[in-house]
Amino acid sequence: MIVQTIAFYVFAAVAVMSALLVVGNRNPVYSVLFLILTFFNVAALFVLIGAEFLAMMLVVVYVGAVAVLFLFVVMMLDINFVELRQGFVRYLPIGAVIGIILAAELIFVVAGSSLGTAPAAAPTPALAEATNTEALGNIMYTQYFYLFQVAGLVLLVAMMGAIVLTHRDRSGVKRQRIGDQVARSRNSVELKKVPTGKGV
Amino acid sequence: MAEFFTSTFGDYLGTAIFTVLMILCIIVPLLLAVAYLTLAERKVMAAMQIRRGPNVVGPFGLLQPIADGVKLLFKETIIPSGANRVAFVVAPMITFILSLIAWAVIPFDDGVVLADLNVGILYLFAISSLGVYGIVLAGWASNSKYPFLGALRSAAQMVSYEVSIGFVLVTVLLCVGSLNLNDIVKAQADWWFCIPLLPMFVVFYISALAETNRPPFDLPEAESELVAGYFSEYSAFTFALFFLGEYANIWLMSAMTALLFLGGWQAPFDVAPFTWIPGWIWFALKASFVAFTFIWVRATFPRYRYDQLMRLGWKVFLPLSLAMVVITAGVLIATDSLPKKNNALPASAVESTEPASD
Repeated sequence: MIVQTIAFYVFAAVAVMSALLVVGNRNPVYSVLFLILTFFNVAALFVLIGAEFLAMMLVVVYVGAVAVLFLFVVMMLDINFVELRQGFVRYLPIGAVIGIILAAELIFVVAGSSLGTAPAAAPTPALAEATNTEALGNIMYTQYFYLFQVAGLVLLVAMMGAIVLTHRDRSGVKRQRIGDQVARSRNSVELKKVPTGKGV
Repeated sequence: MAEFFTSTFGDYLGTAIFTVLMILCIIVPLLLAVAYLTLAERKVMAAMQIRRGPNVVGPFGLLQPIADGVKLLFKETIIPSGANRVAFVVAPMITFILSLIAWAVIPFDDGVVLADLNVGILYLFAISSLGVYGIVLAGWASNSKYPFLGALRSAAQMVSYEVSIGFVLVTVLLCVGSLNLNDIVKAQADWWFCIPLLPMFVVFYISALAETNRPPFDLPEAESELVAGYFSEYSAFTFALFFLGEYANIWLMSAMTALLFLGGWQAPFDVAPFTWIPGWIWFALKASFVAFTFIWVRATFPRYRYDQLMRLGWKVFLPLSLAMVVITAGVLIATDSLPKKNNALPASAVESTEPASD
């Protein structure tokens, strides 16, 4: 048990520190790298409480896909760091408001669940009876099935929106027509039978 | 074995020592296999191109990988003056470490595995999706045009092909009903999945080639366009780490193909001469065969153009694998052969998941 406790404090401390470094860093590439470190430590915390499916999903989705795109974009940006820091005072009120709202929401959720007013979730089956992949799937595809589908549709709309916004029809672009190439007659190609061990 | 260590050294220390020994038992043969895969690649390609290949160092050139390794070890590591020193050194380490830690969940025989995770296949998928970081960091830290272009190509390529690999894994999981690699192999006792799921096997194999940046998908290191791609600026042992990581990834993908589609450690036929051979040898043979085909493909096919690569990933593999997920699920339900859970949820948990509206 002592090992788990030590591991918890190490992972939690690193997660909090690297989360602070994400916003405190001047170099945006380092920020993304610290974000990845945060994700990793949170995944480790999930493993410690026995939620291995969530831990793996966190790594696959956030580290493996989302953060790669962040890094991709950030690396290609040519950012002027001095200019970036100039708007600090101007954006401070907005940032503070958003921060306060998020903190308030967190407090409400935590206080609500400890007072017993939060909506009663389905009881989680014991780890010995069902792996948490099964437990999650069972809840998601029965109780929250419609919400799950709606979430999927929202993501689909966002995806189509991104394509519609960025897609341009450019004229004069030569495109490869795979069908035409495959349907081409064999006359222009000569097949040679090469004897084994001899070469052409 | 584990009891011996825990009784001699106490609970924590004993477990730690035992685990380290087990890790060494996996990594040392793996690194040897990696070293000889480089030799095998040169020899096989030489044979296919009617050359001799390396034949000077040791009998049949068998000591060539060791000579190469020693040479790289004693060379000077050059860090370009414009490079980001920390990221430049960390990038090859990330690649190498990621290629090794994935082996923790690979079962070499029935139950012979370092960590028998419930979500083993997800762990493998997660680790293989992280491989892109070493490459992207290397390209960025080098502060040079060719490595950067190589890294960008690689990032786009690996993210694209991961999507179809994910769907292939889903079809396999549909047929197994478990995320545990041991269970996946056991589910192939009657039929290896490469037979009923043949289209998915092909998609997985080609995606594995793209995922490991192997020819014909080696755009990130296309020497005719990008010198050596993302590791153009690397020398000596930092280069060796990239090289080792890349070949360890080839072994990993070969092992994954063997586990998911070729029945893992199981003998091809459950009759006498085949069952005499121990399971880990079958597993090694299958993985080696897949690794051989990786080399075969390299010696045979010309490199893809980049837009064709993206087209294949997004417009061919993604719809195909998505359709196969639906078809597989449909067939399994229609024939009522969906794998049944052997440990069903207790009645209380099932009841409480009913909609609470009534």
